Amino acid sequence: MAIAPERIGAIRPDPTDLSPLRIDEQLVRRMLVAFLRDETAKSGHKRVVLGLSGGIDSAAVAALAAEAMGRENVTALFMPYTSSSPESREHARLIGRTFGLAVEEVDITAQVDAYFARAGEVDKVRRGNKMARERKSIEYDRSWPDGLVLGTSNKTELLLGYGTRYGDMACDLNPVGDLYKTQLRELAVLLGVPDVVVKKPPTADLWVGQTDESELGFTYAQADLILYHLVDRRLRPDALVAAGFDASLVRGIRERMRKSHYKRVMPLIAKVSLRTVGHDFLYPRDWEAD
Amino acid sequence: MTKIAIAQCAPALGAFKRNVAMHEDWIAKARGAGARLIVFPELSLTGYYLKDLAGELSCAADDERLRPIVEASRHIDISAGFVERGPDARLHIAQGYWSRGELVHVHRKVYLPTYGIFDDGRYFGPGDRFDVFRSAAGPAGIAICEDLWHASVPYLYSTTGATIVFCPSASPGRGVAEGGDLGTAESCRLMDRFYAQYLTMYVVFVNRVGHEDGIAFWGGSEAVAPDGTVVARAPDFEEQLLIADIDPDLVARERDRNPLIRDERPELVISQLMRARGALVKD
Repeated sequence: MAIAPERIGAIRPDPTDLSPLRIDEQLVRRMLVAFLRDETAKSGHKRVVLGLSGGIDSAAVAALAAEAMGRENVTALFMPYTSSSPESREHARLIGRTFGLAVEEVDITAQVDAYFARAGEVDKVRRGNKMARERKSIEYDRSWPDGLVLGTSNKTELLLGYGTRYGDMACDLNPVGDLYKTQLRELAVLLGVPDVVVKKPPTADLWVGQTDESELGFTYAQADLILYHLVDRRLRPDALVAAGFDASLVRGIRERMRKSHYKRVMPLIAKVSLRTVGHDFLYPRDWEAD
Repeated sequence: MTKIAIAQCAPALGAFKRNVAMHEDWIAKARGAGARLIVFPELSLTGYYLKDLAGELSCAADDERLRPIVEASRHIDISAGFVERGPDARLHIAQGYWSRGELVHVHRKVYLPTYGIFDDGRYFGPGDRFDVFRSAAGPAGIAICEDLWHASVPYLYSTTGATIVFCPSASPGRGVAEGGDLGTAESCRLMDRFYAQYLTMYVVFVNRVGHEDGIAFWGGSEAVAPDGTVVARAPDFEEQLLIADIDPDLVARERDRNPLIRDERPELVISQLMRARGALVKD
């Protein structure tokens, strides 16, 4: 088995070297398609449901789902709010056409507005969270009786806690949660996600003009490289700073990870009995019938 | 020349009876292919990530539930994985070897990984021996998955008479960096080939496929000969009954050409280890 030239020499943390983030997209595609097919069937389900935002992450998941399940077994929903960008609709439709999926549109404006009509003026983050949860409740509704809901949160979002609990973070299966945004972009290109979707600035589109990178205060490329060295390579923040990474950025990202950890784990259950769900009642999810 | 079959299958997690039926199918196919032995992966009768199911699926090595395997072994030797409930009630990850309707050997996994994605040590007790037994493909040792990652294990087998090591595994695929193989695959292939060639023995890696709780077992089962040749290799991620020819004469020829095992001095290893551990050694 030949060791490719890229593997010769140690992987060193270097703020200008993005090469450690490169993946073998063909291999990843194969693994994720098999994951979706196998894990959907194991829990006795036949279909998958996902929300298309018009962005790259859900486009990649749609492509994987169509390949794994066959287009007739994929329910793709576009769920705009009145302030959603017209570009999002255009791109969701383009993604549907590209992967042969019929995209159903479900407008969430009436239900979100009805709720906030009584709540009065609220922060845009609260409105955004409500929209994310409204969309997810529709996906779950549409999954009944034989479908699973697919998640589209990538590893960067998960590690930074950049998502809404029980909103966009909620799902039954997430094929892309172990890929950083930069890596997901590589995969999306291989999957044939349209160029215009791959190249536009990432946005949650929860309010007009929102972009991920301006909201986060750093670029995905910067965050991904730091996260890769901290998480995948288990380096300490001090080692990254010593290697020339920006100290406040490294510490800020590390602190975001710490503060958001509660979002990544199952709810805590107070233990009082001899055996407790989540603590010492530990069965595999894929437990099969005999 | 002995034909052996390597069952790169996808056991169902926690479904013992279904897995027994699956074993019977594959055993029949192996017989059809003229194999004298079929080797199944780690915990092939139960699935791997059992967690709290481990106790519920356990049985003694002579349990009636294993009867179909015992019966089938009247026609072809069989090595399969199960959760053994020892006489002292401890649980073990075990690999049995049945021949002519008898249980010939049981290896209990010694090295139970409890790091990263693994938690064997939480649910199982460790085995405490590496015994060589007579297999259809020559004197053999069994190293279950992590056992083989400890270089002392194939070394022990090679210096205590084995000419073939079976490595039933449930190896999860991980590491998708560009410019290489799957990370785990690269490590395993390097290991198989290194042990085979430098301990001049056959290494038979039997890995499973399929998913459990989001983790993909990568397959890639292979038989590597004592000259370092890959005799047979199954594809990654797909089920396959892989047939490999094991040639005892090749072991002899390689050991004539390259008598590393003949010249090995295990007594020196023992005394050196004892000295290093502070034991009294006669100089």
